[in-house]
Amino acid sequence: MRAPSPFPQPLKKSTMKLKPILIAVAATLALPVFAQNALTVVNFGGANGAAQKKAYFEPFEKAGGKVTQVEYNGEQAKIKAMVEAKNVTWDVVEVESPDVNRGCDEGLFEKMDWAKIGNKADFQKAAVHECGVGTFVWSTVMAYDGDKLKTAPTSFADFWDVKKFPGKRGMRKSARYNLEFALMADGVKSADVYKVLATKDGAERAFKKLTELKPNIQWWEAGAQPPQFLVAGDVTMSTAYNGRIDAAQREGKNLKISWTGGIYDLDYWVMPKGTPNKEAALKFIALASSPDAQAEYARNISYGPTNNKALTKLDAKVLAMLPTSPGNSKDSLQFNTGFWADQGEALEKRFTAWAAN
Amino acid sequence: MNPSATLVVGSLVAQLQRAERRKRMRALALTLPLLVFLVVFFLVPLGSLLIRAVENPEVADALPRTGVALADWDRKTPPPAEAYAALLADFTAFKETADAGALARRLNSEVAGARSLVMGTYRALPLGENLSAMEARAKLLEHDERWAELPYWQTIAKNSSRWTPDYLLASVDLKRNADGDIVRVGPDAAAFSDILVRTFQISAIVTLATLLLGYPLAYWLASLSERKANILLILVLLPFWTSVLVRIAAWIVLLQNNGLVNRFLMWLGMTDAPIPLLFNRLGVLIAMIHILLPFMILPLYSVMKSVPPNYLRAAISLGSPPLAAFFRVYLPQTYPGMAAGGLLVFITCIGYYVTPALLGGPGDQMLSYYVAQYTNVVVNWGMACALGAVLMACTLVLYALYRKLGKAELSLG
Repeated sequence: MRAPSPFPQPLKKSTMKLKPILIAVAATLALPVFAQNALTVVNFGGANGAAQKKAYFEPFEKAGGKVTQVEYNGEQAKIKAMVEAKNVTWDVVEVESPDVNRGCDEGLFEKMDWAKIGNKADFQKAAVHECGVGTFVWSTVMAYDGDKLKTAPTSFADFWDVKKFPGKRGMRKSARYNLEFALMADGVKSADVYKVLATKDGAERAFKKLTELKPNIQWWEAGAQPPQFLVAGDVTMSTAYNGRIDAAQREGKNLKISWTGGIYDLDYWVMPKGTPNKEAALKFIALASSPDAQAEYARNISYGPTNNKALTKLDAKVLAMLPTSPGNSKDSLQFNTGFWADQGEALEKRFTAWAAN
Repeated sequence: MNPSATLVVGSLVAQLQRAERRKRMRALALTLPLLVFLVVFFLVPLGSLLIRAVENPEVADALPRTGVALADWDRKTPPPAEAYAALLADFTAFKETADAGALARRLNSEVAGARSLVMGTYRALPLGENLSAMEARAKLLEHDERWAELPYWQTIAKNSSRWTPDYLLASVDLKRNADGDIVRVGPDAAAFSDILVRTFQISAIVTLATLLLGYPLAYWLASLSERKANILLILVLLPFWTSVLVRIAAWIVLLQNNGLVNRFLMWLGMTDAPIPLLFNRLGVLIAMIHILLPFMILPLYSVMKSVPPNYLRAAISLGSPPLAAFFRVYLPQTYPGMAAGGLLVFITCIGYYVTPALLGGPGDQMLSYYVAQYTNVVVNWGMACALGAVLMACTLVLYALYRKLGKAELSLG
């Protein structure tokens, strides 16, 4: 026979109901413990993230690893906060070239163990860094909708010509790239851009040229925006990351790229200092830097491999779409990281004041 | 009076005091958890924010010897050779690259070029052993002739103290020049005073618009029966429960060039080409007014509910025209609601970030956008904290003003 309960019946009922809730709470608390075995890889998401998933994450998981993908917008502050608080939860992070230098100088990243990555000689020179491994070459280029523009714009002078090509222009909301484009539009040869920009008069000239176009600029901040603007017809032309235009083309949109005056740069893999999964992180970066994986990546999005051996595995059609192909890189400019490391904060501040008025 | 009576009175007073004290203790015990919570999670972070806005440890930590050597320097003539020797000694004493990196970041935020100068010099170490002051100077200049330029040295000298007003000054477009005098920054770099004015402008417009839109609605709600008013209040609150991001996304869909609003206007024939409603001030205002309307309606409604309708009827029955009766009898009684709603909307507006960021152009961003910019993109946390301190000071001034002007006591707690 059941012993009489010391509690009134309803209370007992409610304690019984509590059990599944308690289990659920315990399970959520325990979850981070299990999840710690997974490698947290941080990238910029979007079409690029999808290509990385296919080319890098899936093979890595097939080989027994586990990857948690996290997206960010390049904010180094997040890495700095983690490293300073000694609570590093990101294991591998994709960063832009100015940040790999800045972070390396300030001790935010682990030193790269190149012996575990591969033969330095196989890589492009710029990809070999004390704190990072260059993972792909991308370019900021001029893009337009082939259905809407009858004549193709061929230079940044055309980008500035709102009489010949009426309509708005999409541009990234930052000083970098735009000041270079402005000088090219003003007739400076791409090889001389940084020489001119380093002088006081040169910076003045660039801002003056930007002011000309200012009433017609629609700013963007995320890489996914320019193709949207172009497809919606909000802008006639836009600066854009070439891979995002490529992704829109794969979706059947007739967006086109003008490669002249494009600015190319590398993105890097780095490991935040104090990551608990350094060994696995190195294994991941080594896999993602191998010729096969990089070739597969380039097939999924038109960013150039940094491992030269990957190029031999690609067919002509894919190669023609990469920023590194001779036809595309002929009149382009390499982003000058050193220049922007020194002048960046002053120029960006001036840009903020300029843009806000 | 006989002495025993005073004794009784005395013990009564003591008893009363004891009872009062017990009550106070109980009140304290009941509020203690919240108090501790507030101190730990509100006041301490606020305090550290204010400290970060004036803290300046980078140069003092990295270059202690140079700071001493430059203490008597007039900042106009070339720095003494001892300063070069001290700089070299300080650089040699760095334990890791990160020490040089922190110094490079701090100096470069004031003089463009300092980053490559500091990192280049650090990477080139050692420049020699047991150097005399003159030799140290020669070695440094030989490595990078920019070490002869005054601005780098002036910045080092200026930042050798552990505390600085520079971030706070910069957040109102002022700076200290090489002599330590406070001057206005050049027009190229001045941005924040305009941004502050703009922040107040947008907040004022939104407050006024929500008042004009919210008042009639609250008035109507207050005149309805309880049951009907409750149902309609749910409609007011419904957007309140929806994520701000979702509502902003909805506004983007509505306001874009091919959006519903523009297509409707074109269908009506009111315009031939789409009116730009997005990425400008108008879009920001529309969305902010929509989002903040409940903050105005709810205080207004609760005050209006407590206004007895007899006063208005009495005024009218005594011969006042209805409109005059409304403005002279009813409206003054709702001032506390207007003030509470206005303050709530205005203060919420001042700190707005995500709506202008997504719906506005660069000319429509408010102060908090730049707090985020300096925190995340520029990674200059001193500047971000200084801007935050300015924002907080504005809010406190406003609240103090309100307390002084408004007769009704309102606590925002």
